[in-house]
Parts: sequence; C-alpha cells; structure tokens
Amino acid sequence: MSANSPLVVSDLAKAYDGRPAVDGISFELRRGECFGLLGPNGAGKTTTLRCCLGIAAPDRGEVNLVGIRLPDGGREARARVGVVPQFDNLDPDFTVAENLLVYGRYFGMSSSAIKARIPDLLEFAGLGGKEKAALRSLSGGMKRRLTLARALVNDPDLLLLDEPTTGLDPQARHLIWERLKRLIADGKTILLTTHFMDEAERLCGRLAIMDAGKIISQGSPRELIAQHIEPHVVEIFGDAEDTQPIEWARGEAEKLARRCEMAGETLFCYVDEPTELLERLAVRPGLRVLHRPANLEDVFLKLTGRDLRD
Amino acid sequence: MSAINSYVPQLSLRWVHVWRRNFLVWKKLAIPSVLGNLADPMIYMFGLGYGLGSLMPQVNGGSYISFLAGGTLCASTMNAATFESLYSGFSRMHVQRTWEAIMNAPVALDDVVAGELVWSATKALLSGTAILIVIIALGLAHTPYLVAVLPVIFLAGLTFSALALIMTALAPSYDFFMYYFTLFITPMTLLSGVFFPLSQLPAPLQVAAQFLPLSHAVSLIRPLLAGEIPPNAGLHVAVLIGIALIAFAVALRLARRRLLK
Repeated sequence: MSANSPLVVSDLAKAYDGRPAVDGISFELRRGECFGLLGPNGAGKTTTLRCCLGIAAPDRGEVNLVGIRLPDGGREARARVGVVPQFDNLDPDFTVAENLLVYGRYFGMSSSAIKARIPDLLEFAGLGGKEKAALRSLSGGMKRRLTLARALVNDPDLLLLDEPTTGLDPQARHLIWERLKRLIADGKTILLTTHFMDEAERLCGRLAIMDAGKIISQGSPRELIAQHIEPHVVEIFGDAEDTQPIEWARGEAEKLARRCEMAGETLFCYVDEPTELLERLAVRPGLRVLHRPANLEDVFLKLTGRDLRD
Repeated sequence: MSAINSYVPQLSLRWVHVWRRNFLVWKKLAIPSVLGNLADPMIYMFGLGYGLGSLMPQVNGGSYISFLAGGTLCASTMNAATFESLYSGFSRMHVQRTWEAIMNAPVALDDVVAGELVWSATKALLSGTAILIVIIALGLAHTPYLVAVLPVIFLAGLTFSALALIMTALAPSYDFFMYYFTLFITPMTLLSGVFFPLSQLPAPLQVAAQFLPLSHAVSLIRPLLAGEIPPNAGLHVAVLIGIALIAFAVALRLARRRLLK
C-alpha cells in the first residue's frame, strides 16, 4: 500500500440481509488520476462509495481514505474529499449561493472564506451571475453543475462522483465532462462511477469493471479492450419480417469472425481483420452493415453479459 | 467495534452547522412561522379561556384563562417541537436527502441528529416565547420567575423533539405520524393537566399521568407563571432530562440502523 494514495480499498466486502453487495474488492487510486468504477445497476458501486466515505461500515476489509483508516476516521477524512451523489440532494430551501455557503460551513469554513470562493465556483460551474437564483429555477444540468461546485467548496484532494451525468442531455453531459477534464488537469484525483462507457473512455485513465459485487477486470480502457476483445466489430442489422438475410450473414460471419453474438435483431461480429468479412457481406446488397473499432462497451457487455439488471 | 456500530453517541460540536442550516431556512419565513405557531394556541386560549371560563368559578384560586395559559404554553411547546422533528425532520432526512448531503461532509449522522434535536427545541422556544409575550401582555402572568419559564420551555422542547425523532427514524412515510398524534400526543394533552387540573381525573389516570412528560412540563410552568416555585421542581426537571436522554439515544440508534447500513 502506498502511503501517498488518496484511496486504498483492500478486500472490501459488505452484505445486506445475507446477500453480498460488495464481495471482496481491492483497488488503489494514484494521485492525480481519474479512476472509473463501471458496472451494471446493482453491481455494488454505490455500496463501495459509501464504504469509501466511511458512511457504511464494511463487513470485511479495509478502506484508507486520504491516509486515514475508515470508518472510524470518517469525519476527518471527508474534510479533504468532495462528493457528487447519484441523487440530487441540493437544499431546495436555499438559493444557489446559499447552497454553497451552508455546505462550506459543514466543513468548518468561515462564512467570509466561503463567500470569497463562491464567484469562482459558480464561474467554473457555468452558473456565473446565478447567485440569487432559486433552486427550483435551475435545469437538471444546472443542478448537477451546482452539485459539482458544492463538492469543490472545500478545495478537496479527492472527488467521488456517483454517476454524475445520469439523466442529463448530451449538451449538459459534455459540459460536465469538460469541467471534469479541467479538474484532472489541475491535479485533482477523481473516483467516478458510471454505466456510460463513452464517459469512462473519455475521462478515466484506469478503470475497474464490477459485476455482482466483484471486480472482474481492471486496467486502462485501451488495455481492457486489447485484453478482452478483438479490435474490430462488424454489426449487421437484421429484419424481423425477413430473417433470411441475417441468417445467411450469420452463416458467413461464423466462418470468418472470431466471435459472433446475436442481440435482438442485430448480429455483432468480433474480428481481428475485417476486410474479408466485409467483402463477403458486400455480395449481398441491401444488408445493413456497420464496421467500427471495438470500444469499452463491447468489453463491458462481454464481461457482464447482455441480460437486463433491474 | 467501529464507531458506526457503537451504542455511544459520537458527538462533536459540528451539530452547530446543522442547527445553523435550519435556522437560516427559518429566518426566511420567521414572521409567518411565529404567527402560525401563535394562532393555534391563541384560538384555544381565547375560545376555551373566555368561553368555557365564563361558566366556571375559579380554578386553582385564579381565573380559568390564567390556568389555561400555562397549559397552553406547554402544549404548544410540545407541538412545535414535535411537528418540527416529525414533518420537517422527515422531509430533511428522507424526501430532500439533506442529511445524506451533510453526511458527505465531515459531519457524522450523530451530529446531524443532535443538530435536529437542538433545532426543534429552539423552534419550540421561539414559539413559546411568542406565546409567553401574549400571556404577559394579557396580564395573565407577571412575576419575577418568568425568566425561569424559558429554560423549561427549551428543556421540554428537547424532550418532545427526542421522542419525535424516534418516530421520524422509524417512519416509512408522513402518514405514519398520524398514529403518533392519535395514540400519544392527543391523549397526553388531555391527561397532563393542560385543560383541567389533574385532580379531576380518577386516581389510576392520575398515576398514569405521572409517566407522561407533558404533565411534568405543566407542573413546572404553571406555578412559575403564577409566581410560585414549583413543588418537586428537581424531580420534574430530572424526568424531562431523563426522557430526553433515553429518547435521543434510541432515536440515534434507529437513525443509524436506517441510514448507515
């Protein structure tokens, strides 16, 4: 265990009513990196974060947050951490600026010190001039950005973000991503949970994929793709009315692709070298084919399966 | 055993931040809030005091309305603390997730619950003070012991807030609180000497009343308003403190079970 790591989790386990939510996971953050915790709903991401904050006590294992052992040192450790929770918990009774003021006080900051920070925080969040705005006048994206600003009020070393862009439109998501990149560039360490693979691929230097309470793979996005999946994906779109073309394509693809997978009407073919398959498919015009490089979502679906999790 | 599972409250002065948060919200609506808290007890005091009082001879050697004044003050202290800890507390704990937000900062659940406890008692004190001013203005009390009424109101506020926080920690929804009023608060109001002297009750009920915190608050406040030192004052204070401490410990235990799992 490196003494300098902002967060070290070793062999963490926690069960609810006898069912393991987190089942013996270990990972360690490096200072200044963005580390992603990926997993389908119910994989144990939020339970992991609660243990990482000292809000829930693990059944087994150890968490060391900013050099302090949890859960006993929770209060002291959280003083150097910022949190963006999964569900909005901004204070609806307050204006934008009051939300930051009151939150800063929870960290023991003086009102004048917080007030001096508010303009910069709001500027960063794209909420400049909104000091006196009532909370209910803000859009979902603005609330999310305000939550991010609130998490920065104590100038934390480490940020824990629990699905920070869930429910946002693409514009709002891109704005959040841009701000998070800026924070990483400024040297903040970030732990991010998400189930958006493009988010993880854009932001995270390293990530861990969780399923059913366990970490099933860990590495950089490139490493994970190289390790688990063929570099090219050919998607062939079928037609429920006429399954004959897709059946034909499947027959061809199974001869040429390393792996084929049918999901609904669509056939996913994973190949090392796509030219031969594409040429073969081209003899049958009218077949809708998409060729793309493999991405993290392919890794995710391969490792966690295509079954629904809810 | 880690702090989270400990039975001993892990208290710190950080509850003050939680109290300040609630105070800042209250300040925005202070005047309507105090007037709202005044309306109900005033209606009882004038309605019953003058209406019913005109039919009655003296009660405890004074007018019925001055008898009722002390009871009303206690009952509204209880109601103010209870409402704040139940409805507003539940809203902050469950609906708005305010407690959750606070616990992500360096403030523990114990600090949050302690802040809520003291805040509800403060709100009871604020509304009790307003009622006391009306009582004094009406000439229903004018004695050197009036200053002692305020700390008793605050103490009773702590007791009723702690009891209500147990319900809040258990509640699945707002509807749950109806049971608390119907089964506990309302019977207690009728059995604690608020509207009539306890001596009017059958003996077994008089004994039962000794176990109700409201009757101890009434036994302290009514004599103070009349300019007397309450008999057995130490006992009544001790009972209120004892209930407050036990109820707070239970509420904390339940809140931890609910929120720190």
